[in-house]
Amino acid sequence: MKTPLKLIAILFTALLLNCGGKEEKKKEGFSYEKKETTVKKEVKKDESIPPSKQIDLTNKGIGPITSLTLDDKIDQKMATHGGEVFKKLCTACHRVDKKFIGPAPKGITERRSPEWIMNMILNPVEMTQKDPLAKALLMEFNGAPMANQSLSEEDARAVLEYFRTLK
Amino acid sequence: MKNILKSAVALLSVLVAFTSCNNTSNSNAGALSSSAAEKVYVNPGEHDEFYAFISGGFSGQLSVYGLPSGRLFKVIPVFSQDAEKAYGYNEETKPMLNTSHGFVPWDDSHHPDISQTNGVIDGRWVFINGNNTPRIAKIDLSTFETTEIIEVPNSAGNHSSSFVTENTEYVVAGTRFSIPIPQKDMPIKDYKGNFKGALSFISVDPEHGHMDIKFQLIMPGFDYDLSHPGRGKSHGWFFFSTYNTEEASTLMEVNASQNDKDFIAAVNWKKIEEYVNNGGGTMMPANYAHNVYDESTHSATSTMIKEVLTVNPLDVPGAVFLMPTPKSPHGCDVDPTGEYIVGSGKLSANLTVHSFTKMLAAIENESFAGDAYGIPIIDFEASLAGVVEQPGLGPLHTEFDGKGNAYTTFFISSEVVKWKLGTWEVVDRQPCYYSVGHLMIPGGNSQKPFGKYVVAMNKITKDRYLPTGPEVTQSAQLYDISGDKMELLLDFPTVGEPHYAAGCPADLIKPRSKKLFKLEENNHPYATKTEADTKVVREGKDVHIYMTTIRSHFAPDNIEGIKVGDKVYFHITNLEQDYDVPHGVSIIGANTSELLIMPGQTETFVWEPKQVGVWPFYCTDFCSALHQEMQGYVRVSAANSSTPLRWSLGEDIE
Repeated sequence: MKTPLKLIAILFTALLLNCGGKEEKKKEGFSYEKKETTVKKEVKKDESIPPSKQIDLTNKGIGPITSLTLDDKIDQKMATHGGEVFKKLCTACHRVDKKFIGPAPKGITERRSPEWIMNMILNPVEMTQKDPLAKALLMEFNGAPMANQSLSEEDARAVLEYFRTLK
Repeated sequence: MKNILKSAVALLSVLVAFTSCNNTSNSNAGALSSSAAEKVYVNPGEHDEFYAFISGGFSGQLSVYGLPSGRLFKVIPVFSQDAEKAYGYNEETKPMLNTSHGFVPWDDSHHPDISQTNGVIDGRWVFINGNNTPRIAKIDLSTFETTEIIEVPNSAGNHSSSFVTENTEYVVAGTRFSIPIPQKDMPIKDYKGNFKGALSFISVDPEHGHMDIKFQLIMPGFDYDLSHPGRGKSHGWFFFSTYNTEEASTLMEVNASQNDKDFIAAVNWKKIEEYVNNGGGTMMPANYAHNVYDESTHSATSTMIKEVLTVNPLDVPGAVFLMPTPKSPHGCDVDPTGEYIVGSGKLSANLTVHSFTKMLAAIENESFAGDAYGIPIIDFEASLAGVVEQPGLGPLHTEFDGKGNAYTTFFISSEVVKWKLGTWEVVDRQPCYYSVGHLMIPGGNSQKPFGKYVVAMNKITKDRYLPTGPEVTQSAQLYDISGDKMELLLDFPTVGEPHYAAGCPADLIKPRSKKLFKLEENNHPYATKTEADTKVVREGKDVHIYMTTIRSHFAPDNIEGIKVGDKVYFHITNLEQDYDVPHGVSIIGANTSELLIMPGQTETFVWEPKQVGVWPFYCTDFCSALHQEMQGYVRVSAANSSTPLRWSLGEDIE
């Protein structure tokens, strides 16, 4: 009876010592070393261009907007309204010219079709489930979902017009 | 000889088998009969046909169930604090529980009733009474939230409440306990003749539902137990059951059961309304709280009202009469046509049914048997329509199917009994497990009941579910009443203790149900509508944090310059504008509940940091794949420190 008890005591002491030992090695902060080779591989590949930088002007996305032709001239009044809507409902996750929670809208009209942009605003849940580009974007942005902010089609159209002014 | 014995045994076993089969299908149909299962089964993703609003009794809330499935959808806090929804904990809803006795975070919620238009359930609001510290609450069925509570002065044990008239002109609140009016220091033994019972008629604004006490009828010192409105031909009248007409104040179970008959009081409220509109009644000093939740500011305010209009029934001749009803009647239920008033004398073997037409004739002919404190007592036989002879023991409550049948619960004999209006014959009975209190047919308190199901709310549960210690869930039972015979379909557990329920078709409520609050309509004084507007403002020792949430971050998420001894207000606006994306929040050491903030809504909680350190806060409602990343820190410095006030999110950090 006594022997097992002793054994346990010894084991326990060893465990404690072990813990103490670890503490001595404690560093300030820590760093995670990425393998350079992996990074190089990615750069070489064509698909290594992040989805947010890829250009696809033929994909119209999935949602209520199936066809949209833009006027050559930007409708300034509409763009101003779109800017207000963007400020009110989108800036929690999007900065105009830099990556934040989601991608920056600057230059997006040169990378995406107008239909895709509006469908992404109006129908983000289905888009991030089914549209290959939107799915890839979700992964690029750490799985942060594009929120459906319940914009009217009119407001979404205005936001698109505002995006056209961001060059 | 052996052979004979053998065949006898065989025959017997076959018989036994048959009998037991029979027993099974009769008494236990719900469990084994596939047809019963099909009747309550709602396919995954499909919706129930009816909403049932079942009171929480001593838990102070109102629960929402689907019928026929018996599934629980929501528990609405009314007279209770609810940590889940921060009701009664956050700064916005604390005023809802204010009373003349201060903050009273609990009550005994009893009798929900759904608003009506033209005698038909309209699905706009549910009213429910708080028994203990007399209050009436209104729940808005577009949000399923308590949006108004009015305290009832001169009342105690607010029990014969909260039933609505057929156009929701009034929600009525009658006192159970009589008391000195106005309250004063006096010997209890002087009750008789000195205590009074107030019946309050609370007007309801047809547009927004706001409640206002129009008048209080100051009645003799009986106990007013339950009530129901007249409808159709009897619209304009209200009926109250009474007991303790003995006016006893002690050992009530004996002393309040002496009289052979108590009364159902018939009140012509239209007549009194007219009297009051012409300047009648006496304004008396009072002090009661009126708490209103404003959906645009997401905040409640509490106002103390200092007077109430009272009416002495003797001042309005022809407005109040007493109909003798045997043995301490509990239920006082009016059939869909408004002709019959059913009194359930809970110590009587019979059910007594009064006729509205005969009552009017008796008043016309002055067929009176005397008076009580000047109020005419109608001759028992004169208003009597009929008697349901010995249907069971301990009748409590009757509802109607709209097809000429009535269903009465019997507490002592533990059953629901179906009988016919007019012929008074019992046509069916079904046992309850066990000791049923009230029952509910959707639309039962209206001209148009939906006579498909009845829900029985049982007082005793015992062995119906897996045991959970001495306290067990409350048992409800669903019966199909569409055929000639009632059929028990389902047992389902409820959150205790249901006293009463109201129900209506889901289609009345579903299309009006709100999915989110629009940011642009948010007028909360501390709302923050974009991340650009987030800030932290110090006003002496008060610090106001204007914070926002969206999947999945707080803005700001790093705050410095808070000091020990500060009172920190977290005003959080949920910027989401999508259905079913609430965010929650709390911080270590907060002496209150979390917040659960609906899309577009602003809510506030208070934190008083007591220790120096860096303290985390986080989202308490799973909101996205990055929910676990939705967190932040507040740096708390010593009271005398000079750490500057700073706040930031991500890239903005210096």
